[in-house]
Amino acid sequence: MTELTASADRRRLFALLSPAYLWLTLAVFLPLSAMLFFSFLTDLPQDNPDWSATFDNYARFLTNPTYAILMWKSVKLGLMVTLGCVLIGYPCALVLARTIKGRARETLFLLVILPFWSNSLVRIFSWAIVLRGNGMLEHALNWLLPFELRLELMFTTHAVVIGLIHSYLPYVILTSYLALQAIDDDLVDAARSMGASKLTILRRILLPLSLPGLLAGAVLVFVPVVGSFMEPRILGGRMGTYYGTLIEDQFVSVYNWPLGAALSFTLLAVVLLILACASPILGKART
Amino acid sequence: MSRSLLPLIGKLWLFAILFFLYAPILVMAAMSFNASPFYQLPFELSTRWYQQMAGNGQILSAALRSVGIAMVTTLVATALGTAASIGLFRYDFAGKKVLMVLLFPPIAIPWLITGTAMLIFFFAIGIGRGTPAVIIGHVALALPYVIVTVTARLSSFDITLEEAARSMGANSWTVLRRVTLPWIAPGVVAGGLFAFAVSFDQFVVSYFLSEPGDSTLPVLIYTAIRKGFTPEINAISTIIIAVSMLIMFLATRYSRFAGDR
Repeated sequence: MTELTASADRRRLFALLSPAYLWLTLAVFLPLSAMLFFSFLTDLPQDNPDWSATFDNYARFLTNPTYAILMWKSVKLGLMVTLGCVLIGYPCALVLARTIKGRARETLFLLVILPFWSNSLVRIFSWAIVLRGNGMLEHALNWLLPFELRLELMFTTHAVVIGLIHSYLPYVILTSYLALQAIDDDLVDAARSMGASKLTILRRILLPLSLPGLLAGAVLVFVPVVGSFMEPRILGGRMGTYYGTLIEDQFVSVYNWPLGAALSFTLLAVVLLILACASPILGKART
Repeated sequence: MSRSLLPLIGKLWLFAILFFLYAPILVMAAMSFNASPFYQLPFELSTRWYQQMAGNGQILSAALRSVGIAMVTTLVATALGTAASIGLFRYDFAGKKVLMVLLFPPIAIPWLITGTAMLIFFFAIGIGRGTPAVIIGHVALALPYVIVTVTARLSSFDITLEEAARSMGANSWTVLRRVTLPWIAPGVVAGGLFAFAVSFDQFVVSYFLSEPGDSTLPVLIYTAIRKGFTPEINAISTIIIAVSMLIMFLATRYSRFAGDR
């Protein structure tokens, strides 16, 4: 790597970096700052010239319990989905990284993460078709079972949780798998040769060494789930009011943008707090 | 537990998860070929929903707009991202770590927050809603993916090759064109494919930034689902998922993103 000495180098570096970072500034960092600013206004300057500064938008969060209740509901949803993803995904990553070998492993890994990169909205929509009353799942179960079964899953919290786990499960599998397959085989062999049982190997070697990857996956699931609104809307029906849908409403139907900005920013503060707490773990997982 | 039972249970678990991941998508695809508009069984093969979709001007124009936006996003994000990656890789300077960390917010902050912030800001500075706003947003979301992918490829690049070329009299443009770019080409292609996928599949940011009646495909589908959907939506959704899976499959072939190769 070249040390920056000549001014020509400095100019070249600036030319290479500035377009991308100017773009990010214009499209991400300035908007986030603007949102903070607007969250302290009574009206948008372009709508009402008589706008003034206020703390009301944040005060509403404290005086009206609805907002805090919905925030807690979203955090609970995040915890539930994260726990589900970890419990289902980690064993899967374990099998993929430690049991299956060679080309089969590569193919299966690709199959697991492929849906993650495909359209999330369409995948949520596909669950609407499977879960709806008289839908595919009920047909399949009634065909298998001797008795009539009504699941009535659609438009419940369960439907939202199932859809979100389906959306974010590959994240946990991806990060856990990368951590697990980096563990030296000799370490496991050595433990086995000294008589360690499979459970001991998992508890004393594999789990501690892959924990950063697992936790990174958990954070990467939790954060977007707390801010989800499309999944609860489609799968949750009347049960699907969450903090995310509340924010969506302020922008697309109630048109109270300053309040929406304050709600968005409160969510961002919660998210940043979580990311800050997790950043030592995330840093470790990247190596 | 016996020696052979545990791996068997593990494999069954893995296949159960694959079933969970793919079954709903396959059901949706199957229903797009079912003649009944109410998803009724028995299954009766028909392509009427695809025909109806092909005659639906709203869906077609949204599809065209989505592909167009994704192509512009790919070009811009790949060019800017590749340049930034080369800069980040080639030079050592104060603040480099900060620049790497700045790539994190567009990925890590929920799109709901980023999207609404963009909406507020773009209105304040006069860009407003519409296709240009959507493209600005998509490029910003795609940039970190391009930079990460290209940087990963660059890390296997031997910088002395550049010095060798320069010592033999090549100027920096020639070095870039004949030495550096050919080496990182697979990473650039993969980064471009990621950028296309990010834009083509993007719903949240497009939803807040697109003009009503001027929406992208995912936004159109969301609106249609909430109004009560028809198998036409299955048909277009099936096409979308096939396209995006194909793109991602290609991207993983070109990059080392998919693990240990």
